[in-house]
Amino acid sequence: MAAALLEMRHIDKVFPGVKALSNVDFTLHAGEIHSLMGENGAGKSTLVKVLTGVYPKDGGTIHLNGKEIYPKTPKEAQEEGISTVYQEVNLCPNLTVAENIFIGREPRRFGFIDWKEVNRRSIELLKKLDVDIDVSKTLDNYPVAIQQMVAIARAVDVDAKILILDEPTSSLNEVETERLFRIVRQLQKQGMGIIFISHFLEQIYELCDHITILRNGELVGSYEVAKLPRLELIAKMVGKNLNDVKDMDKMAEKSVPSDEVFIETNHAASTGQIKDVSLQIHKGEVIGLAGLLGSGRTETAEMMFGLKEVTGGSLKINGKEEKLSNPMAAMKEKIAFCPEDRKLSGIIGDLTVRENIILALQAMDGMFTHIPYSKQVELADKFIDKLRIKVSDRDQLIKNLSGGNQQKVIIARWLATQPRFLILDEPTRGIDVGTKTEIQKMAVELAKNEGMSVAFISSEMDEMVRTCSKLVVMRDRKKVAELTGDQISSEGVMEAIAGGEK
Amino acid sequence: MKKKISELIASKYFSFFVTVILFAILYGVGIGMYKGFMKPQVFLNLFIDNAALIIVTIGITFTLLIGGIDLSVGAVLALTCMVLAWLLANTGISVFAAIALVLLMGTAFGAIQGYLIAKFDLQPFIITLAGMLFCRGMTAVISRETINITNPTFVAMADFRLSVGAGFVSMGVIIAIIALIVAAVVLGFTRFGRNIYALGGSESSASLMGLPVFKTKVSVYTISGFCSALGGIAYALMMLTGYNLHGMGMEMDAIASSVIGGTLLTGGVGFIPGALFGVLIQGVILTFISFQGTLSAWWTKIVVGALLCVFIIMQAFITEHKSKLTAKSSLEENS
Amino acid sequence: MDKLKSFTSSSLFLPIVALAVLLIFNGIFVEGFFDIQITEDGRLFGRVIDILTRSSSLVILSLGMTLVIATSGIDISVGAVVAISAAVVCTLIGGRGDGAAETPMALAMLASVGIGILCGIWNGILVAKFKIQAVVATLILMTAGRGIAQLLTEGQIVTVYYKPFASIAGVIPGMPLPTNVFIALAMVLLVVFVMKKTSIGLFIQSVGINPTAAKYVGINVTLVLFLVYAFSGFCAGVTGLIESSLIKAADANNAGLNMEMDAILAVALGGTLLSGGKFYLGGSVIGAVTIQTLTTTLYALGVSADQLPVVKAIAVIAICLIQSKKARDLFDKWKSGRSAKAVTADAKAVNKA
Repeated sequence: MAAALLEMRHIDKVFPGVKALSNVDFTLHAGEIHSLMGENGAGKSTLVKVLTGVYPKDGGTIHLNGKEIYPKTPKEAQEEGISTVYQEVNLCPNLTVAENIFIGREPRRFGFIDWKEVNRRSIELLKKLDVDIDVSKTLDNYPVAIQQMVAIARAVDVDAKILILDEPTSSLNEVETERLFRIVRQLQKQGMGIIFISHFLEQIYELCDHITILRNGELVGSYEVAKLPRLELIAKMVGKNLNDVKDMDKMAEKSVPSDEVFIETNHAASTGQIKDVSLQIHKGEVIGLAGLLGSGRTETAEMMFGLKEVTGGSLKINGKEEKLSNPMAAMKEKIAFCPEDRKLSGIIGDLTVRENIILALQAMDGMFTHIPYSKQVELADKFIDKLRIKVSDRDQLIKNLSGGNQQKVIIARWLATQPRFLILDEPTRGIDVGTKTEIQKMAVELAKNEGMSVAFISSEMDEMVRTCSKLVVMRDRKKVAELTGDQISSEGVMEAIAGGEK
Repeated sequence: MKKKISELIASKYFSFFVTVILFAILYGVGIGMYKGFMKPQVFLNLFIDNAALIIVTIGITFTLLIGGIDLSVGAVLALTCMVLAWLLANTGISVFAAIALVLLMGTAFGAIQGYLIAKFDLQPFIITLAGMLFCRGMTAVISRETINITNPTFVAMADFRLSVGAGFVSMGVIIAIIALIVAAVVLGFTRFGRNIYALGGSESSASLMGLPVFKTKVSVYTISGFCSALGGIAYALMMLTGYNLHGMGMEMDAIASSVIGGTLLTGGVGFIPGALFGVLIQGVILTFISFQGTLSAWWTKIVVGALLCVFIIMQAFITEHKSKLTAKSSLEENS
Repeated sequence: MDKLKSFTSSSLFLPIVALAVLLIFNGIFVEGFFDIQITEDGRLFGRVIDILTRSSSLVILSLGMTLVIATSGIDISVGAVVAISAAVVCTLIGGRGDGAAETPMALAMLASVGIGILCGIWNGILVAKFKIQAVVATLILMTAGRGIAQLLTEGQIVTVYYKPFASIAGVIPGMPLPTNVFIALAMVLLVVFVMKKTSIGLFIQSVGINPTAAKYVGINVTLVLFLVYAFSGFCAGVTGLIESSLIKAADANNAGLNMEMDAILAVALGGTLLSGGKFYLGGSVIGAVTIQTLTTTLYALGVSADQLPVVKAIAVIAICLIQSKKARDLFDKWKSGRSAKAVTADAKAVNKA
């Protein structure tokens, strides 16, 4: 085999409190399309950002064509020949299409930008990508798919040796994706090394030669696509040995749902977010929403909490059709929601644990009332004790707690409102194993002992299998399968995700 | 038809069109109401009276384009007039050395502000607010009284008149026109100029595209400082004095001009001819008031404030309209 | 030791130290600075009392500003609103030479405070409803406000000869201190009471720290923002009353001039971050008194009112740098770099030896 185009060795990256990458190796050859895979938080984007100079690395080496490089800024990485197309289009919406392609390196005549040349070359470039648009219009006139193409045009026109495509297809339809793949293969033939990140397994198998899998910031392995069956890939991504998956034992007793339905959706859709979801959640049931990132699992949860508008189908609570227009409307229906991104939409960092716990209850009581301090203390202490939250005292700032304890505070916040339906979106991500088990157990117990309905969303297959009495599998923003009873197994879920059955 | 209107509203020149049309209407009404408006000199006086404001507006437009703001412009202008007057009154240096010195001072001041903002990630309006306080205070430190400029060379420059058709313009107007052309070329035809727009469109994108964010930021505030000093010279040419209260509130007039001329306060959109028309509209309003005779000067403030408000709310609606358009088009694409 | 440390790291440390330094400086250089006399009719009299009286306007303004800044907003229109409110009360009472009031004073006062609230509501609609950045939204009123005030006074300085009007910022016979001190005190107590008895303070902080999370727990972010700006307008309205009563006139050009800067400075000095979040009303109050002390001190040193801003500008920049996370990071880096260098230098020295 030819010498590697890019060699990353023993890459370490630490963020305050989190080890984002530890001792990761990555090798890319010229003329290869290499997929980087892993669930959310596995470290894919961190690795890419280290390579493109967005983050400085804390350890390890990067060799390009055998020469060690130290990209410190995206500009330096570009100069080395590393181009990136990010998931969210990173272009300027206020500039014209042509300008977005050429900004920073516009062709000039007598020191001034030669706009004719800029436009002419842009048209030419986009033609190669089969895109025929008015390049003198500003970018925000065009849909995301076109913007993505423009970003790719920019990336390939710089004299790139390596092209990184970070989820380029998440906003493209099939025709557009096909077109993109044609271009990528063309670039591959020209000897470019391409790193392709996507959550769509089919696309990976269609396009890529090689797969490198990351999990929890560590390298799982690097495989040839042809020699890695899908099931095994998923098993490696979610961290299970395939043999273990088959005879995985069920956790202690699960909750037995009652016949009463608490909330149900009927072909519910939300523009641009969810296409078709029908599900019933009974009282005392722990339902799992499975699927890879971007499958619509979070969006479904958000829809049930009034954060996403129901634009098609219906949503019923206790048999009555409801329109949840904001979180407060959902909270009044006794629905609670622990969001996926704890830091961004969960904790209020500079407030104390006590304040964070009473916040939702206080919001329900209204702005002009005040939960008496003694009651606040009582509530806080009750939940700190009940959920075994490790704090030095209840007036510690929540931002100083560990991830697991922060998560428990958020759960406590919602339990304080005495909900009848609790949605837990990735409640165990980035927290230690012990706390993980505690949270899983708690979900089951809440359903069993208090008759609460619980929706559990997780990237980790085994914990869903262990906790849920029903599993709804989603793919491509649609519900694709519903598993109950003995059907619930890692294998079954993976098959459903992989598209082996309908 | 409906689609056309919708596209027109989304066009980046929409505010500019509105402004130009507004200007034409105001001027037309002026001609209809007062005979004096017909005189070419009345039109040229718009430039003569507002030469300094035009120059200052150019500078502030640069800062607004990157999504920043510079509240110190009026104070820097006052300080420039004062230092210039003081130098000419109390030292023997030549007029041109004095001019060079004050230009350098304004530029350096802008650069310091830019450095603080870019290096330490401080909010531009706080830093330039402090800059404004500082310069106003320093002006008073130099002299609390008016200093007259009597230097014969400078006075000759102030008296200079260039005839244009049936009227004439002053030295300040010439400086302002040159500044307008240079600024328009820099913004439209240089990489630096385009980087400014990119930065205003999205700072994170600009940085990911490998554009020099830090350098551009500092440069923009430096340019604003330079323009304020240049505006100060134009102002001194008109007033022939250095005085503590020169250019009071001018930052607001300049921001208003820029916004009325189509500059988005969120950054990334706006261009120099628009800024010029923004100034001219204010000039027309002032002319109206002076022709009318019974209205008082504070009406300008109210009208300018109302215009600013209308344009800002219009901007908010346009932005929303645009994002809806984009959402809709991507939907059609995907379904 | 621990106590000392917890004090130095407390948010009140900076304003208290600044105030103490100023007071000590005054105590040493200004004769009789701390003397307080009691006049025959029971009035307190002295330089410290004077400072306290003068700072009442700033204290009131900084209350509103604190809450606005806590939501990570800003209100730069307060100075102009002060001018409007002053214009309203003075024109309503009228400048009749015979000392009679054209409108009952209570009504006029109510109207001027009302107009302040109205201005605040206007700002609140722009920020909360139209989602316009706070600086820009309040800039509109800052620009137009003085024009509106001049419109009301018809460009004149309206002098009020109606005697009771002077008592808003003067001494009511039998009281030990001027009325405005009591007004400021009442406002502070009102805010403290509201913060204690409702959860508005908690919601304001939540919105300022993490608006997304605030929305996710069901807080009505729009309403919170709206109320905060309306309150800031209320504070400006009250300040307008005091400022006009102080000079017994409405001066549209100078009433409340640069007061927005002083208020922002007071809030920042009081320990509230300009980026929003946790707010410290006590800090802001002390900050306001500190700034008034600074102003008075500088006047005593012969600095004129128009030169004063130089010092304030430097103070603003200094506080911004102290608050800036990036500046702190750079400083830490520089420090660790230096100590690393020192270590290597030491090592070299040892090697040589």
